[in-house]
Amino acid sequence: MDLQTVTYLVVGASFALYIGIAIWARAGSTSEFYAAGGSVHPITNGMATAADWMSAASFISMAGLIANMGYGGGLFLMGWTGGYVLLAMLLAPYLRKFGKFTVPQFIGDRFYSKTASTVAVVCLLTASLTYIIGQMTGVGVAFSRFLGVSSDTGIYIGQAIVFLYAVFGGMKGITYTQVAQYIVLIAAYLVPAFFISLQLTGNPLPQLGLGSTMAGTDVSLLAKLDLIVKDLGFDQYTTSIPGSTLNMFMYTLSLMIGTAGLPHVIMRFFTVPTVKDARSSAGWALIFIALLYTTAPAVGAMAKLNLHGTVNSAVGLETNAAGKLAVNPATVKANADLYATESSLQYEQRPEWMKRWEKTGLLKFEDKNGDGRIQYYNDKTKDADAKAKAAAAGWKGNELTVNADIMVMANPEIALLPNWVIALVAAGGLAAALSTAAGLLMAISSAVSHDLVKNVFAPSISDKNELLVGKISMAVAIVISGYLGLNPPGFAAGTVALAFGIAASSLFPAIMMGIFSKKMNKEGAIAGMLAGLFVTLFYVFAHKGIFFVKGTEFIDLIGGPNSFFGITPEAFGAVGAMVNFIVAVVVDKVTKEPPEHIQHMVESVRIPRGSKLVDGAH
Amino acid sequence: MENNSASGYWKATLGLLTKILIIWFVVSFGAGILFAPALNSISLGGYPLGFWFAHQGAIYIYIALIFWYAKKMGDIDRQFDVHEE
Repeated sequence: MDLQTVTYLVVGASFALYIGIAIWARAGSTSEFYAAGGSVHPITNGMATAADWMSAASFISMAGLIANMGYGGGLFLMGWTGGYVLLAMLLAPYLRKFGKFTVPQFIGDRFYSKTASTVAVVCLLTASLTYIIGQMTGVGVAFSRFLGVSSDTGIYIGQAIVFLYAVFGGMKGITYTQVAQYIVLIAAYLVPAFFISLQLTGNPLPQLGLGSTMAGTDVSLLAKLDLIVKDLGFDQYTTSIPGSTLNMFMYTLSLMIGTAGLPHVIMRFFTVPTVKDARSSAGWALIFIALLYTTAPAVGAMAKLNLHGTVNSAVGLETNAAGKLAVNPATVKANADLYATESSLQYEQRPEWMKRWEKTGLLKFEDKNGDGRIQYYNDKTKDADAKAKAAAAGWKGNELTVNADIMVMANPEIALLPNWVIALVAAGGLAAALSTAAGLLMAISSAVSHDLVKNVFAPSISDKNELLVGKISMAVAIVISGYLGLNPPGFAAGTVALAFGIAASSLFPAIMMGIFSKKMNKEGAIAGMLAGLFVTLFYVFAHKGIFFVKGTEFIDLIGGPNSFFGITPEAFGAVGAMVNFIVAVVVDKVTKEPPEHIQHMVESVRIPRGSKLVDGAH
Repeated sequence: MENNSASGYWKATLGLLTKILIIWFVVSFGAGILFAPALNSISLGGYPLGFWFAHQGAIYIYIALIFWYAKKMGDIDRQFDVHEE
C-alpha cells in the first residue's frame, strides 16, 4: 500500500475511535458536561491531562525548535514540566477543596466580587484564544502534508472536527477521548524515536541513546553533532542559548508560571474525587508528559543529525542495503571534510521525503551557486573559520530552508522508516492538536456560559440554555482562532508560549494570593490582574501586532525589539506576573480588608477535610 | 478544630512547600541555567551535565518532588487530623 492510503486508513481509524467515544460518553447534566461528575480516577485523569496538555506545540513544534536552538531549547522542556510542581503544590488541592468547577468562579467567590470574576473571564479568554491559534497552526501543518491539502484547508477540516466532539461530548466525553488520544500520540512519538535511536546509536531508548556513542564507533553522538554544526557555522549544539541567560531564565519562568495558571489545565483537577487525589494527579500527569518530554531532546538532536547527514555525506550517515539511514563508522571517525565538493548532496538525487515536503512550501531549495548540489550551512555565521571554508569551497549562501515545525512530522521520513510509522505520526500530531483545542474550548465555553452569562447577565438562565450558550461560544472561538491561525504570529510553540505568558501574568498571581494571603482583598486582586495583563499584552502586541493582526505592530513605541533588558515577548509573562503581585500588594495595603466570612473561607480551603463533590452553584 | 492546630497545620504545610520550592529552583534555574556552563565540564555518559539537567534531569526530579509532596502532605494531614474521611 502506498503512503497516502496508509495515512488515510490510520488517521481515519483514530478519528472514528475518538468520535465513537465522544458519542458513547455523552454528557447529561451541566456537572457532567464541565467536570465529568467529579468521578475520574487520578491515573485516568493524569493521562487525559497529559493529552490535554501536550498540544501541537509539544508534539509537532517543540522538538524542531530544540533542534534549532540546541541547549537553549531546554527552556521549553523545563518550563512546560516544572510548572506542574507549582500546580500540584500551590493550586490544585486548594481549588479542588473549594469545590467549584471554573477558575473565574473561584476568583469571583474568593474576592467577593462579580467584577473580579469578569476580569478573570477576560484573562482566561485572551490566554485560551491565543493558545488555540497555535493549535490551529499545528493542525494546518499536519493536514497540509499528510492529507495532501493546503495548510488553509487543513485548518478548516480541523475546525470542523474539534467542534463536533467538543460540542457533543462535554468534559466526560473529552476525558475518555483524551485517554485514547494520549495513547495514540505517545505511541506516535515514541515508535519513530526508538527506531531512530537504534539506527544511530544501537540503543533503542532515546533518553539513553542521546547520551551514547554513535553505532560502531566510540564517538559520542552529542560531541559529533557539536563538531558538525560548529564546522558549518551554527552555534555549538550543547551550549547555545536564545539571547541572554537572563532571557532564558525569564522565558523558563514564564512557561512554568503559565502552566500553573492555564485554566484548561487547572480545570482538570476539579474532576478528581478528593483533595488527596488532586495532589497525586499532577504527578501522574507529569509522568505521562515526561515520556514525551524526555524523548523530545533526542528527537530534536537526532533529526538535526539525520538532516545534516542526508544532505552532506561527510557527516557519516548513508542509506544502507535495507533502505534505512545508517551510521558509516569509518566516515564518522575520520571527521571527513564537510566542505568537499562531493560531500554535498546532488539536488537530483534528493530523497523522496524532500520532494513531498517541497510541495507544502515548508521546505525550500535554492541553488545559489548553480552547482546542482545542496549546501546547507549558516551563511550568517560570525565564525571566521566557517566563513573562510565556505568561501574557499565556492559556496554562495545557504541553499536549504527547513521550517522548524516540520521536523517531527518529517523525522520518520528522513530516517526512511516504514510507511505505517509515518502514518502513525500524522495521527499522533492530529490527536495532540485536537485534544488540546477541545480542552481549551471547554474552558472558554464554561467561562462564557457559566461565569459571564449565568453569573452576571442572566442569573435565571436554565441549565439547557446555559449549555446552549456554551456551545455557541465554542463555535465562535473556533471561527476566530481558525481565522487568526491562517496568519499566525509565529511557529506553533512560539505562539503557545505567548498564551502562557498571558496566563502567567494575569491568572496565576490572583489565584495564588487568593489561597496564600488571607488579607488580599478584591481591589488588590482586580488591580493586579488588570496591570499584569495590560503590561504583558502591551509588550506582546508591540512585537506581534494588536490581537496578532499583521501590520498593527508598534515596536518603535517601546524602543525597538526586546527593549526591556533584552527580554523577548514570549519571556515577558514572568515580568507581567511580578507587576501583578506588586500592584496587588500595594493596592491591598491602601484599601480595606476583606470581610470576616471570606477570611474564614480561605481558612477552610486550606484544609482537606470536608471536601465535597464539585457543583456549579454560586 | 481549634485555632492552634489550624495555624500549626498551615505552618507545617508552608515549611514543606518552602523546602520543595528551593529544590525546584536550584535544579531548574541553578543546575539547568545559571550553573549549566560550569557543570558542562563534567560528563554523564555522553551528556555534558548542565545540558543533561536542562534536557533530562530536571524533569525526573520534578516527578519525584510531586510524589514526595503528596506523600508528605498526607502525613501532615493525619498528624493534624484534617484528612478526608
